[in-house]
Amino acid sequence: MRLTLEFGGGLELLCNSVKIHHVDVDLKTGEDKLSMRDLLTWIKSNLIKERPEMFVKGDSVRPGILALINDCDWELCGSLDAVVEEKDMVVFISTLHGG
Amino acid sequence: MENGDADGKPKRAAGRLCSICNQKKPALKRPKTLEQICRECFYSVFEEEIHNVIVDNHLFKPGERIAVAASGGKDSTVLAYVLSELNRRHNYGLDLFLLSVDEGITGYRDDSLETVRRNEVQYGLPLKVVSYKDLYGWTMDEIVKTIGLKNNCTFCGVFRRQALDRGAALVRADKLVTGHNADDMAETVLLNILRGDIARLSRCTFITTGEDGPIPRCKPFKYTYEKEIVMYAYFKKLDYFSTECIYSPNAYRGFAREFIKDLERIRPQAILDIIRSGENFRISTSTKMPEQGTCEQCGYISSQKLCKACLLLEGLNRGLPKLGIGRSRGPDRAKKDGKQRTLLSGVKGSDLQSKQCGTLDF
Repeated sequence: MRLTLEFGGGLELLCNSVKIHHVDVDLKTGEDKLSMRDLLTWIKSNLIKERPEMFVKGDSVRPGILALINDCDWELCGSLDAVVEEKDMVVFISTLHGG
Repeated sequence: MENGDADGKPKRAAGRLCSICNQKKPALKRPKTLEQICRECFYSVFEEEIHNVIVDNHLFKPGERIAVAASGGKDSTVLAYVLSELNRRHNYGLDLFLLSVDEGITGYRDDSLETVRRNEVQYGLPLKVVSYKDLYGWTMDEIVKTIGLKNNCTFCGVFRRQALDRGAALVRADKLVTGHNADDMAETVLLNILRGDIARLSRCTFITTGEDGPIPRCKPFKYTYEKEIVMYAYFKKLDYFSTECIYSPNAYRGFAREFIKDLERIRPQAILDIIRSGENFRISTSTKMPEQGTCEQCGYISSQKLCKACLLLEGLNRGLPKLGIGRSRGPDRAKKDGKQRTLLSGVKGSDLQSKQCGTLDF
């Protein structure tokens, strides 16, 4: 499944300072959908190069990190149970930096 | 990018519409109210709530010169943008400008100052930069070279507070506004409880401080959630800087922040409730509070003979960097019994200490 993933608010530092990643995520056989829960696992093992504890806590993103699916707050779409589809854009932004 | 029914993706938030206009697809869930609202309604409630805070608390008077403390980070960038919008829309009659502090941190502040310079052009607000080097004769890079990575945030925090005041005085500002948000406020209440710092606890939730001093400070984002500030910046594509300070460990604050964020996930209202708790604390009349005076050396407001910045600077210049480090206690403290402590906290009104580092912990 092809997806566009974007990391902002300092999270890009955890993936070689690259903000936008065009990725192809392999789905489990027989499935055509991917949950955010599965996507986070995939990101943790494929994109995060350092300090994964800055991105995930337990099975979710660290509190204080916002996630949007196609520019919609993931809290409106079921958070971890939200489903992403082909060509979706998922954005993660850390709010944990100063201002 | 819309994920509406039109493009055949009805899967998310299906059938639910913005709980304000009841017409558009919601774009976010408000932490404050748990409402699901669309982007346009979000812009208008976000801006109008800040307008109401400004009006209800009489933060500004027409004709005032207002310095916006600008670090280039999310909060101050959104603050500068929203204030200049509201100033136009509601005819506040304010003369707004950006005030930045150059701490002299290579690879961090030089980059974030570039962001502020872009904001100067984007929002049409004049910018004044004051530097530690000019004010104190030392950059943070030089200070860290001398004292190492211990206590460096104390120097930086104390120096920044005065630098903002001095910069504001230089450009003849009537007031200074800072981008402290609701999450910062809650965190500061908690930290002051954890430290037993009654003097700061009693004033850290004030929306305006230093009214008796030369430059009052206020916090228009006092009740604004960090999540909404970041969402606003994201949707509006505002240009801000977000890299952690290369010198900032500050682990204690990090734990408090993490705790607040964990609470927020379970019950977002907790943030406003902690602020309310802070606002309603009453200090026992038997608690001795510090008496305010002025620094003998520089005239800055201080509860000691020398203000904290002068004390720290003296230590640096004499090669005694430990001078002034640690909580200062009144000279009469030894005479008191343990029940009645003198609560002193160096520089007056140091609620900015609540945001000691320009960048909080990652």
